[in-house]
Amino acid sequence: MSTTGTEYLNEVAASDYEWGFVTDIEADTVPKGLSEDVIRLISSKKAEPEWLLDWRLKSYAHFEKMLAEKGFPTWAHLDYPEVDFQNVSYYSAPNSKPKYESLDEVDPKLLDTFERLGIPISEQKMLAGVAVDVVMDSVSVATTFKDELAKQGVIFCSFGEAVEKHPDLVRKYMGSVVPNTDNLFAALNSAVFTDGSFAYIPKGVRCPMELSTYFRINAAGTGQFERTLIVAEDDSYVSYLEGCTAPRRDENQLHAAVVEIVAKRGAEVKYSTVQNWYPGDAEGKGGVYNFVTKRGICEGDDSKISWTQLETGSAITWKYPSVILKGDRSVGEFYSVAFTKGKQQADTGTKMIHLGKDTSSTIISKGISAGNSQNAYRGLVKINPKASGARNFSQCDSMLLGDRCGAHTFPYLEIAHPNAKVEHEATTSKVGEDQIFYCKQRGISEQDAIKLIVNGFCKEILAKLPMEFAVEAQKLLAIELEGSVG
Amino acid sequence: MLEITNLHASIEDEEKEILKGINLRVGAGEVHAIMGPNGSGKSTLASILAGRDGYEITQGSINFEGDDLLEMDPDERAREGLFLAFQYPVELPGVNMSTFLRHAVNSVREHRGQDELSAVDFLKLMKEKAGLVHLDPSLKSRAVNEGFSGGEKKRSEIFQLAMLEPKLAVLDETDSGLDIDALRIVSDGVNQLRSPERSFVVITHYQRLLDYITPDFVHVLVDGRIVKSGGKDLALKLEELGYDWIKEDAVVA
Repeated sequence: MSTTGTEYLNEVAASDYEWGFVTDIEADTVPKGLSEDVIRLISSKKAEPEWLLDWRLKSYAHFEKMLAEKGFPTWAHLDYPEVDFQNVSYYSAPNSKPKYESLDEVDPKLLDTFERLGIPISEQKMLAGVAVDVVMDSVSVATTFKDELAKQGVIFCSFGEAVEKHPDLVRKYMGSVVPNTDNLFAALNSAVFTDGSFAYIPKGVRCPMELSTYFRINAAGTGQFERTLIVAEDDSYVSYLEGCTAPRRDENQLHAAVVEIVAKRGAEVKYSTVQNWYPGDAEGKGGVYNFVTKRGICEGDDSKISWTQLETGSAITWKYPSVILKGDRSVGEFYSVAFTKGKQQADTGTKMIHLGKDTSSTIISKGISAGNSQNAYRGLVKINPKASGARNFSQCDSMLLGDRCGAHTFPYLEIAHPNAKVEHEATTSKVGEDQIFYCKQRGISEQDAIKLIVNGFCKEILAKLPMEFAVEAQKLLAIELEGSVG
Repeated sequence: MLEITNLHASIEDEEKEILKGINLRVGAGEVHAIMGPNGSGKSTLASILAGRDGYEITQGSINFEGDDLLEMDPDERAREGLFLAFQYPVELPGVNMSTFLRHAVNSVREHRGQDELSAVDFLKLMKEKAGLVHLDPSLKSRAVNEGFSGGEKKRSEIFQLAMLEPKLAVLDETDSGLDIDALRIVSDGVNQLRSPERSFVVITHYQRLLDYITPDFVHVLVDGRIVKSGGKDLALKLEELGYDWIKEDAVVA
């Protein structure tokens, strides 16, 4: 690598986080610590029904048991100190009206926060036609376009509101895809989750707009534990977007989310994420620990679930959006770009569990590592004995920027049916001095050359994102690469 | 245009000198052919002109249009109007040819104080210039050099040359790996790009390229030195007698 090349890559590696500001909003925050009492307190603050409190307490018992018996999961290619669960506040709510009927009632400081984040909740941006649910720290603060959606029978609201207004749906599906015993972080989330989003698409309805949730951790010392539940009835369609940011803080913040998707016969759910939690500074101080369990089930025949993610944030990312292909001919897809720099560590991938006949899955993962970061793809393709005609295609490409970072690929295959067709391809490339020189010889600056090359590398994934998001994602990637403060 | 004076260079961290005192003056509109056997330093000269890393200039200077070329970064040189047609063009997977060239053309234009080309004008320009080297229109929507045949890569280099309209174009063994038809297409393209303001340095091992691109001057590079210069007849003589004749001559001189 040329000297200028190294300099630029160092700059990339050390580049700043634009979304690191803190909003000065009074918040109602529960003291640090985790106990049954804290869970009861959260549940009562949210005025929850008894069944939900029971579920939380059971989840907490599972969590305690798992922590005592197995401790922290250590199988991932990640190196971090164990989280002190007693040193986290499990509930923080911006201190104003608990519910908003319209945006006019929302604290202007809050609106300003989202304005700075470039989140489309202002009237002007609403014209873009995206329904948005905004979750700040622990509670949902604004959901747009609710009425419009209701006309079609689509329910899109905060999780808390769903518990109140659609308890039967929540009760039926919550924990049906990710049980509260699934893993340590899922159990923790089930015990202490505070809010999140809920979407329900009735039979035969094609959701007329993109549904979108933005998550923001603001208060210090808090964790964010949101749940998202999406239920798509027969022959329905929805495209769901999720974005996240957090302020720059010296201490590590904990984020443990659960996302569950249920797709019935012929339904299609497309879930897109741009994850940009604060990654910590160049020395690895601070940053969000992101432990997320995302799973969908293609319950009905001919259903389809597709995960697309751009992961650029978090100090630690531990995330494997998965699909259980239960219905015959159901389809699972996972498209991912994970970009790490500084001292970030990402261990991400997917699980495709083939149960039904003629099911198919596609995995395309692009990892880009810069600085001193570590970027791992971990994926499981499992084909059950009854899944005749199952097919999978996996492609994992890694790109290294500089020579202090690492890329790793851990593909696991469990094939129990003889006629399964499974293909796996993996490549690792280095942004070559030759490629950069070629661009420079055409008058293109080194920065632009690296941007072009990286964008070219992950173009096919970014193209899978919904239009508006794709533009944002490309910008985000450019900013991440640029190392400039906006 | 270009003046190389007593240029000595070696590969970084290696003792061995590759260029041992090159002197070359290229005037506006002139076409200079540099010929020489393998290992004589031809491609090193091209790389140093374009500013590739990994070489150490131990002595001498290169003046380009009144500026010290060796002080400039490779992208600056390109924006100042120096173009290198690569012997081995690099693949840029996923990077669309038109995106790539738009970046390139607009950086050069910006440097010259010109406005960015509109999308429409840019596409028009692409179409026009691609015609020069009979480039398949589909290549423009493909990734840069990815999956191009050897001939397509070389044609694409000349196409890029046409797009960027440099003052000085260095062709590094552009004829290598071309069959006779492709050679003719590439040479035709180059000939159409010749102008009183544009100079060429054509580096080649074989005389046959010079049947199509007629040089004003021919220089023979042997072991890091220009041992003989002359008109286009010199190339023909080389073809007939081979490099050994020159090498012996050089020893005698």
